[in-house]
Amino acid sequence: MMSTPIYNRLITPLKKRLTPWCIPYFKVHTALKKKGIMGMNCRNIRYIGRYNARKLYPLVDDKLKTKKLAMVNAVNVPDLLDVVGEQHDIPNIHAKVKGTAGFCIKPAQGSGGKGILVVLPADADAQKEGVSWLRTNGKPLSQQDIERHLSNILAGIFSLGGKSDVAVVEELIQVDPAFTKYTHQGVPDLRIIVFQGVPIMAMMRLSCEASKGKANLHQGAVGVGIDIATGAAINAVQHGVDITHHPDTGQSLSDLVVPQWAQMLQLACACYDMTGLGYLGVDIVLDKFKGPLLLELNARPGLAIQVANNAGLLPRLVAVESRIQTQKTLGSIDERIAFMQQFLTTHSE
Amino acid sequence: MAKFNRQVSYFAIALCVLGIALIAFRHFVSGIPFLPGASQTLWAVEAKIQFEADEGPIAVSFTLPNEHEQFVQVNERTASPGFDLTFDEGAEARVAKWSINAAKGKQTLYYLTELKVEPNAVALPAASPAIEKPRFLGSTATAAGSVLSDANNASARPFDVIEALIKAFQTPNQQAQLLLQKSTVSQRIVQLLMQADIPAREIDVLVLKDGGRQQPLRTWVQVFDGEAVRIFDPSGKYNPAKTPWVIWEQNDGGVIELMGGHGATVGFSMLQKRVPIVSELRKAQAQEEPGLLDASIHSLPLSEQALFKGILLVPVGVLIVVLMRTLVGLKTSGTFMPVLIALAFMQTSLVTGLIGFTLIVGVGLMIRSYFSRHNLLLVARISLVIISVVLIMALFSVVAFRFGLSEGLKLTLFPMIILSWTIERMSILWEEEGAKEVALQGGGSLFVALLGYMVMTNGLVQHLTFHFLGLQFIFMAIVLVCGSYTGYRLLELKRFRRFLAN
Repeated sequence: MMSTPIYNRLITPLKKRLTPWCIPYFKVHTALKKKGIMGMNCRNIRYIGRYNARKLYPLVDDKLKTKKLAMVNAVNVPDLLDVVGEQHDIPNIHAKVKGTAGFCIKPAQGSGGKGILVVLPADADAQKEGVSWLRTNGKPLSQQDIERHLSNILAGIFSLGGKSDVAVVEELIQVDPAFTKYTHQGVPDLRIIVFQGVPIMAMMRLSCEASKGKANLHQGAVGVGIDIATGAAINAVQHGVDITHHPDTGQSLSDLVVPQWAQMLQLACACYDMTGLGYLGVDIVLDKFKGPLLLELNARPGLAIQVANNAGLLPRLVAVESRIQTQKTLGSIDERIAFMQQFLTTHSE
Repeated sequence: MAKFNRQVSYFAIALCVLGIALIAFRHFVSGIPFLPGASQTLWAVEAKIQFEADEGPIAVSFTLPNEHEQFVQVNERTASPGFDLTFDEGAEARVAKWSINAAKGKQTLYYLTELKVEPNAVALPAASPAIEKPRFLGSTATAAGSVLSDANNASARPFDVIEALIKAFQTPNQQAQLLLQKSTVSQRIVQLLMQADIPAREIDVLVLKDGGRQQPLRTWVQVFDGEAVRIFDPSGKYNPAKTPWVIWEQNDGGVIELMGGHGATVGFSMLQKRVPIVSELRKAQAQEEPGLLDASIHSLPLSEQALFKGILLVPVGVLIVVLMRTLVGLKTSGTFMPVLIALAFMQTSLVTGLIGFTLIVGVGLMIRSYFSRHNLLLVARISLVIISVVLIMALFSVVAFRFGLSEGLKLTLFPMIILSWTIERMSILWEEEGAKEVALQGGGSLFVALLGYMVMTNGLVQHLTFHFLGLQFIFMAIVLVCGSYTGYRLLELKRFRRFLAN
């Protein structure tokens, strides 16, 4: 009876769908409170609304502005190859990217990784057939494809509310060998939440087959919580479920230690000083040659980082808030990093 | 942990107090009951007379409805700035006469009355008119004779004869069409009935439709069979036994006469009101002047009131969206799109609305996915989607009508631009995040719209929002409190349920 095809086809998936809903909601509520898990409403009202001034948003919502600001403030970013602002400039792109080892096209005002096109150079075999660029999945990418993507960006397909946009073309990041075994396609990046210049929580985002090369957790990427004190992995999740090994490469995730961790924290904290945004998500990549580079900033960083770290944001945020109250100032970047590392070792959960 | 923003809470409390005070005033002083049951139905009817003034003095006479067996007049009022007004209680009908020495440009006069549709014992029964045999000439006479004998063959009883006549004028009957070349249906029917020695007359009837605006008077036929009197709609559109209506004029005269002006039009707006019996008594005692506190939507002209009946429901829908987003955490595509969809559902009826919405959005998405293959600028693409939506609406309406579903015509009530943006957003979502996210957000929007529809069509909710303006302040207070709620959303408890284990 239990193994009839109808049961397997209909009842089992239905059960699988419904079980997540059958939870003791009140107990979950208490558990979340105890652990200090931050919810969306709390983030929006108590942190983003209070610490992120509206007028500073364009600095992070526009990738071109972020990039220029970073360059002025000596924060390392991937090299800018071109900025396409008008439809008639689009054909010039081909000359600008000729001879580069791959490049990346981004809408300046895209959100959530929308509209990012990563272009790889074709190998010798493909070049003989007249293909010069490839997608990350190895399929050829024609000049028309690139022009169409740029045109879409300028038309505002990827920007909020459909505002017309500009396309930022930057040099491709060469993934550090330390990370190549942890990624399927694309570039693994590091998200650090910085509150009032203090690094609060960090997570590596590893793209995989299921996420189609994208590094967004809700699209199926792997999230690995990283210890602020050491840069070592704490916990890893995919689709909200704990995992121990990378689903594609089979690499054990608990061995992951982020190299150049101190510089990464320095870079993240510098972004607060540069933008003035109190509650900030900093996305960093590690380049083989150039070290940590600022990829982009986010004034509304998501909450999934708590799942990856198996820890709540609130205790750390409250600690920083109470330190501001008692000390008035949080001091230099080194002092701020030291404060959080100290706090985490004394309050290890 | 959730430290409440103090100013917000004071403001919310102040709003609540204000709202409760207004509600209490309406309930205890104006006597509006909280439940819609303890009241009776009144029809407020407003006639709006508009004309262009010529030079010199102006005189307008407007026939008013007499009390009939069908309804009781509760009160009446006029609004006509600058005009002198007298009521002429004639033998046959009451007439309102407005006059002014000189006026310029467009003039608007209002006459308002409140009617109760119920048998009126005091009113005199209508007198049957004298038989006046019409004289038909030539081919008209032949046609009239043929149509009448057909009807007479069907039955000999007067009420059956008229039904047969109405049918004859509706079908493409050659003889009947010939008769209609020089006259209207109602006129011909009365003539033919007179010919057959059945007393009948044309009357001007106002069909009562809740929320109706700019309605015309309709010419119906009153037929006498000895003591019995019955009313028929010659166009066959309304069934007088089932729709509420009022005889506005029954003495073969015009409703409006204008001297010193031209282009007179009259349009009627009406609204169904639930009025408690208590409040009616008070109204009779106290003078008509509304106090400042009572100055509410109910002192506006009727056509505006009818609009507000719908508008006052919008905050209810908005409140539902706010609750669903901040407390439950549902995702909807477009913040207030669900409210607009719910309002459209109210116009179309639920099943038609649901089918129509899914069809339009579904086909729109298919068309949009074709456009996305070409390099098009955003504005052009949206415009194409809008045009496609219009075409889809037209196509579905025509197809539905062909299959005899007049419901299909209601599709036009959907907000087109909103639908187009929904399609555009969903198709981008589809390309970026896949079909699952589209189903999630589309489903979320539809769910909230359904919920909004169910609440907004609830009789009690409609009664309370329309009669108690104070409720709006309470809605504001609730939204304010929701806006500063920092606790978890219901769906977040599910999302973070893993933290329960460790």
